[in-house]
Formats: sequence, structure tokens, C-alpha cells
Amino acid sequence: MDNRTYKAIAIGGSAGSMDVLLRLFACLPKKFSLPIIVVCHLHPCDEGGLIEVFTRHAPLIVKEVADKELIQAGHIYFPPANYHLLVERDRTFALSIDAKVNYSRPSIDVFFESAAAVWGDELIGIILTGANKDGAAGIQVIKKHGGLTIAQDPREAAYPAMVQAAIDTGDVDQILCTEEICKFLQMLPVSCTGHVIEE
Amino acid sequence: MKLSDIENLEIDLLLEAIFLRYGYDFRSYARGSIRRRILQFMQMTGVGSVSETIPKIIHDESFFQQMAREFSITVTEMFRDPQMFLALRREIVPLLKSYPYIKVWHAGCATGEEAYSLAILIEEEKLAERTTFFATDFNDNALEKAKEGIFSLDYVQQYSQNYQQAGGKISLSDYYHANYGAMAIKSALKKKITFANHNLVIDQVFTETHLILCRNVMIYFNKELQERVVGLFHESLVYGGFLCLGTKESLLFSKYQNKFREIDTKNKIYQKIA
Repeated sequence: MDNRTYKAIAIGGSAGSMDVLLRLFACLPKKFSLPIIVVCHLHPCDEGGLIEVFTRHAPLIVKEVADKELIQAGHIYFPPANYHLLVERDRTFALSIDAKVNYSRPSIDVFFESAAAVWGDELIGIILTGANKDGAAGIQVIKKHGGLTIAQDPREAAYPAMVQAAIDTGDVDQILCTEEICKFLQMLPVSCTGHVIEE
Repeated sequence: MKLSDIENLEIDLLLEAIFLRYGYDFRSYARGSIRRRILQFMQMTGVGSVSETIPKIIHDESFFQQMAREFSITVTEMFRDPQMFLALRREIVPLLKSYPYIKVWHAGCATGEEAYSLAILIEEEKLAERTTFFATDFNDNALEKAKEGIFSLDYVQQYSQNYQQAGGKISLSDYYHANYGAMAIKSALKKKITFANHNLVIDQVFTETHLILCRNVMIYFNKELQERVVGLFHESLVYGGFLCLGTKESLLFSKYQNKFREIDTKNKIYQKIA
């Protein structure tokens, strides 16, 4: 474990990631002081059913992102289906209906790239199971900006293609199974000012 | 200075250069999306850094035109969010019927798919005779496409399905001619809309309106610009007039919040009350 402090956690997941996310959320401490933002490939017509499920299983507040909403610590955010999610420099969310990227909207790459540009080396990017390669380019950008990159162990992933694509970029710092990601999150030296706007 | 700060500085300079040289103001756009488009454009043209783009933009007008096209690519469809159009029909149309004449403003109409959707709804609800319909955008290329009213048939199945879910009374195919792989909107419907250039960033209100549609436009603006635009809409609407936003947009973070009543929370339809 390094001594760096982090301001946000970005998670990307696709096919098979529901179970992993439920396990990760269940292990989080109640006073977790970083925002967690999860971009999952959803059916374009999903109307928040996922939020309900996660709310029952997470100790933190789970919510669908509203455009221009301020990002707060201790929250788990999901973008609405059929919108890309981006972060602004004043730590607010922005949505977009730009064309799909990697056949996906929301796209993990789009979100990771914009989060890296805002949080730089204070961002943790985690890529989970999935059947395409969305997120690999995003992991590279997070790494380029000095952030920490983690991939779920492909041997454990229900659909290893997405984590493998990320690992193949050579920019993944740690390859961990779900239980190890849990431990990592629990031991994070979190910054108590994670939610403060600095600008 | 961090890598991201340096890149941000470069983007500031580029947008400033574009504004000073050509008068197009992207400085108050949401940074995330505009940054993505700049980087995409750089990849397309093989320019190595944002800074290197700046002299090219200043000296080569065609290079700028190319970039401007990349900036204004819009994604739209007919009857996107059919539930919203259904709500318009059921909740708002009966209220609009109390006016002897109705002015409708579709702001940020891009290539017109949604404007024609609304024109169809107005037609089917028998409001067309007393309605004046303005559809505006800042992008002349998009406006030209909108006026032509010719769209790819690739999405027609989706559009038809949306139309039915939006409470469509006949068949979407009654409103266009299909040929050569394209759908051409019938001229009777095209005549119902006045397309005009209006830039939400700099232009003022041009008419009093009863219904304004501006969907998934303000997600591309920063908060200050969003406030300006909501202010324009507030000024333009009659007391009791309606404002329809994108289903994931809201007035929640706006100072105009108290001047509107949320009529339909899910479909983001607001009524001016002050």
C-alpha cells in the first residue's frame, strides 16, 4: 500500500460485473470518504432498477447522476442509461448524448478519460469483468496522468475480455481478485478533504 | 503544474483564439465534452498537441471550419424519449388549447429530427392552424439539413416505434416519402416550421412564446451559460408557458428554480409561475 491520497474512485464494468459490484459495495465501511463512480453498460431503457438493487446492498448513498450535480464523498454514482458521463473541473458531473464509443453509451473510456483530466494522480481506476474492450484506452489515460490502475483478475472474471484488454495495454498497476479489491478499498488512506472543492 | 492543468491551459488558449479570430464562443461549454472533441480532432488531423493546433486555427480558416464541424456534430432522433412526447400530448396540449394562438420555440434543433416530431404532434392535436413554430440552431450546416428534412432510413424502424409509443395517431410513414434509402419529410409538414439561426450563447430573445423545447442542449453548457439560457427562456415564455428539458436535465441547480413549477418530474416539463 502506498501513502498517496486519493480523491475519487472510477469503476468500469460490463457483462458479469453486477455480482462483483455487489460484493465490493457490501465490504465498504460506512464512513468511506471518497466518491465512487461506476460506469456500467446498461440496456438503454433501464430506468433506475439497478440503483434500487445497489441501494439495498451498499452502506453508502447510491444514486443516478443528475447533470451539473456536485460530486460528494460517501456517494456511489451511476450515469443514467443512454448518456455518456463526464466530470467537470469544478467537480460536477456533465452528461452527453454524443455518439456511442466502443458500441457503448455510457462508455467507460469516455468517463475514465474525463475523470483522469480532472483528478490526475488522485484518481483510482478499476476495471472489472466484461465482454468488450471498453475501458482499456481509459486505463491508459488514467495511468498517463499518474493515477492508480487496477484490473480484476481475469482468471476470476466471468467475462475476461475487458480486463484482459486493459492489462494488455501494460498500464495496469495491480491485478486483484474481488476479495483483494475489497481489502484494498478498506485500507485506503483516504483524504478527509476528498469532497472539498478547491477551485 | 500537473499534466491535466497544462492541457487545460492549452484548451483555454485555443478556445480564446477561436473566439477572438472567428467569433465562435465555446469558452462556456462544458469542458469535458469539448475537450474530448478537441482531442478527437487532433487524432483525426495528426496534430501532436493542443498548442500546435492554435497557430493552424489562427492562420488556416479551412482548418478551423473542419474543427467547427467536429465541434457541432449532433446526435438526435425522432421522438427521442417517447414518454415525454406522450406527456406533452396528454398534459400540456389541453392547456395550450386555451390560447387563441400559440408560439413554439424549439431551441437547439440541430438537424431537425425532434422539431419534425413536435410538428407532427402539433398537427395531430389539431393545433397547427394557430401555431407559429420556430426551430433554431447556431450551426448553419445543421439548419440546412433540417430545412431539407431528408433523413437516413436506417433508423426508421426505431423512429416508427418511438412515434407509436409517443401516442402517434396514424403511421409515421404518412409524414414522409421513402426513396433511395432516405426518408424525405413531406413539404406540408416542412412548411409548418420556420428554421432560423439563433445562438444561445450570444443572441437575445426574439419572440414571446408559449412552449419551448430545449432538450439535451444545456448538458453541453457550463453552469453560467446554462443560467443565461434558462434566463432567456424565462424571459421569452408567457406567464404559464411551458419549458421541456431533456429527461436527465433539471432546473435543480438553477437560480430560476423558483420561477418554474415542475409539472412532470419524470419528463422534465416545467411551467413558468413567476
